[in-house]
Amino acid sequence: MKVLLRNPKREVELAGGRSVNRLLDDLELSREAHLIIRNGTLVPGDARLEDEDVIEVRPVVSGGST
Amino acid sequence: MTAQPSRCRVCKAPAVIDLPRHNANFCAEHLVQLCSRQMAKAIEDWEMFTPDDRLLVAVSGGKDSLAVWDMLIEAGYRADGLYLGLGIGEYSDDSGGYVRRFAASRGLKLITIDLRDDYGYDVPTAAVATRRVPCSACGLSKRHLFDRAAIEGGYDAVVTGHNLDDEAAVLFGNTLRWEIDYLGRQLPVLPAANGFPRKCKPLVRLTEREMAAYCLIRGIDYVVEECPIAAGNRHLGYKEALNEIERRSPGAKAAFYLNFLNKMSPLLAEHTASARGDVGSCAGCGAPTTGDVCAFCRLVEKSSTHEAVPVEIVLDTRIRR
Ligand code: SF4
Ligand SMILES: [Zn+2]
Ligand SMILES: [Zn+2]
Repeated sequence: MKVLLRNPKREVELAGGRSVNRLLDDLELSREAHLIIRNGTLVPGDARLEDEDVIEVRPVVSGGST
Repeated sequence: MTAQPSRCRVCKAPAVIDLPRHNANFCAEHLVQLCSRQMAKAIEDWEMFTPDDRLLVAVSGGKDSLAVWDMLIEAGYRADGLYLGLGIGEYSDDSGGYVRRFAASRGLKLITIDLRDDYGYDVPTAAVATRRVPCSACGLSKRHLFDRAAIEGGYDAVVTGHNLDDEAAVLFGNTLRWEIDYLGRQLPVLPAANGFPRKCKPLVRLTEREMAAYCLIRGIDYVVEECPIAAGNRHLGYKEALNEIERRSPGAKAAFYLNFLNKMSPLLAEHTASARGDVGSCAGCGAPTTGDVCAFCRLVEKSSTHEAVPVEIVLDTRIRR
């Protein structure tokens, strides 16, 4: 599956057949700090991602201190 | 791994998000409902404002400020937007575009102030000219100009998009150093006083993950890229630490902050009062200040005569901690 990552913005190809939570764990990304968009739609942690999917891993943390 | 996809707690439709702190999953419609209800509860619990009030929303182009503006309008409040062009390179160009498109698509009134065009400086230049860390120069400019725009425009309150994660991170930092005065002032609503407008944070019961989901569901396009100056700052470190705690005990972040408001803030009330003591008016702009000339006018004087500094310089010289 095609996976779009940010900071820096880049695209990687990863094997499907894992859940959203599993993908975040594998990428060592916090579940609390990311959302997963599968083929344009938001999906929950137990959603299954397959080889043909296009995935966006969207960070949700903003950084301003004021 | 379950073969059964998770279902919305309310309507049993397929869920779009899991919220461990509520030990539940939600569909798009009911996530939006949850956000609106949490905002309504915050507005009510802290008596922030009423539908008769005229609100000025400080919008940055990020998810939180656009979401709060959207939610307020949906809930029937009268809310205009104020966007401040900070002059932080591409980030500012992009974020301004998101705000303008959002306002135009919904027919909302947007006030725009540009630091460079209107005051002759930008955040990177101010940081160098005043030897402040950029976020401090930025924050000072924002506070002053939001306050002024609210007072001059006759608004009843300034609304910002600070969320639960923002407030918990600030609380964490202030607690680590026992900054009693800051702790005393860390409230979701500050009443108008001494020429300052009322300030409200209706999103303090909502996490940034929930706000990002809200924007995705509502089709709100926002600037996902962060302000480049934020990268690696202390505030982000606190957020990371809190999210690690949250992972182990869901709900810990909300308990940390909301219980502080309920149990600790009342004990700090005298500090809140004393922190807003003696105030005169600035000789330059008339804004409330404890000196002759306010910090903003001093910043403008130094920065507007300084040669323009590109944002890259501020990123290179590691002066931003
Ligand atoms: S990260 Fe700092 S410089 Fe950037 S917008 Fe936020 S306060 Fe301003
Ligand atoms: Zn539902
Ligand atoms: Zn002044």
